[in-house]
Amino acid sequence: MKTIKVTLHFPASKSTRPVTSYLIRDYNLVFNILQARIDMGMEGTLTMELTGDETDLARGLAFLKGEGIGVQEIARSIIWDGEKCTSCGACTAVCGSGALAMDERDELSFDPDRCVVCERCIAACPMAVLRLNR
Amino acid sequence: MIRSFDEINEKIRSGKVAVVTAEEVVAMVKEQGVKAACEKVDVVTCATFGAMCSSGAFMNFGHADPPIRMAKIWLNDVPASGGLAAVDTYLGATEPSDKKGIAYGGAHVIEDLIAGKKVRLHAESGTTDCYPRASVDTVVTLDDLNQAYLFNPRNCYQNYSVATNGSDRTIHTYMGTLLPHFANMTYSTSGELSPLLKDPKLRTIGIGTRIFLGGASGYVAWQGTQCVQEHTHYEDGEDYNGATLALIGDMKKMNARYVRGATMQGYGVTIYLGVGIPIPVLDEDLMYDLSRPNEELYTTLKDYSVGRRSRPALARYNYAQLRSGSVEYQGRRVKTAPMSSLAMAREIALLLKKAIADGEFTLQQPIEMFPNTPFKPMAIREE
Repeated sequence: MKTIKVTLHFPASKSTRPVTSYLIRDYNLVFNILQARIDMGMEGTLTMELTGDETDLARGLAFLKGEGIGVQEIARSIIWDGEKCTSCGACTAVCGSGALAMDERDELSFDPDRCVVCERCIAACPMAVLRLNR
Repeated sequence: MIRSFDEINEKIRSGKVAVVTAEEVVAMVKEQGVKAACEKVDVVTCATFGAMCSSGAFMNFGHADPPIRMAKIWLNDVPASGGLAAVDTYLGATEPSDKKGIAYGGAHVIEDLIAGKKVRLHAESGTTDCYPRASVDTVVTLDDLNQAYLFNPRNCYQNYSVATNGSDRTIHTYMGTLLPHFANMTYSTSGELSPLLKDPKLRTIGIGTRIFLGGASGYVAWQGTQCVQEHTHYEDGEDYNGATLALIGDMKKMNARYVRGATMQGYGVTIYLGVGIPIPVLDEDLMYDLSRPNEELYTTLKDYSVGRRSRPALARYNYAQLRSGSVEYQGRRVKTAPMSSLAMAREIALLLKKAIADGEFTLQQPIEMFPNTPFKPMAIREE
């Protein structure tokens, strides 16, 4: 089994297609939606984790592309310099995934597994301790 | 009065002082009550570590040979004032770099100097009989400077608003990135650790008060700019919010851990400073104020998309609610995020506690208390 993170780009004409249902039914994939910005009849994006065996994952992604949906695997990641971080918390204001959060000691914690690499935290950090690993 | 400054200092010198942090005193009073805690505790340490834009550094570079009267000055490409005597300058924390813009500014130069890094000095001038040199280029460190001290016209806000954004676009503010449609809120005050919320009537803080500034001991130099001692009455108590302090401290003794250059996206350069203030427990009234917990310290919500001088107060929250990570607004949960570091504020309150307990830091009674002046707006007029 393998887990990948993908961002799907739906053109306006495809935003009503129930593609995630097909991923479950026809490709045996388990999905976890991390971020959704999509409205009926408008273009939008859907970021999710997909888990399945490698063949099913490859077939599932090929199906999505065949449907005219843009598929972007998230290979980038956010690097957090915990040594330089002051735990001010400014980044948590814009972190929708909950990857960046204040812990019980009021220190910043970063959970890369929850991160959807939206990159908003990079600009929001006053001390430049968050950056993109391409 | 239970005890005086002199009696407390005598206890500090003899190693018998009882000192706790502003968080510890909250728990203590909850358990034992104001009277008992007042009898036991001599000093309470408060602290904050947050953005304090109105800050800067006075510096003297010594004279080159032949000498120059530096009229235009840059430190690592950040302009500093040439409006003082020949080799004096004032570098404002928010001044952006000519080459890097707001990614690097006066605050970063100050942090670099305190961290012991080399900083490039470039200065230009017209020549005079006194000062024949027209320009100078050199590299300086903090050790090279004759004097280098922070003089910050407005630090340590008593209580700041919670910021949100009711518009339909993301806005970039000195309170961080605010998402549209009230999707998040940011706040900066350190709540029950905040110095001017724990002595809200400024009974023990005035000109001359010795404080912790940026890792060294410093002083309250004056009332802060825009300082106003006011409070709003609510059924459940008084909200204090307008006091500020002008602070001074020796950069040569500071620690870059507590002085950090910062950039607020889409807004500008600022400086994060650690400030700690010890408050002597003079009497039970003061102990009552010191014991106020986050649950009883409130601030108001302001919509920062309103581009006017006065923004309406939309709601009122206490610091326990804000620190929980979300509050209710207009029937839904809204994420709250701090802009100042509570972890660092706690660290500073503990450092100051230790310095006092170890006899290294005595209290200075204010030489003069602040006048209560009104905060006037700017009038736009022709003549």
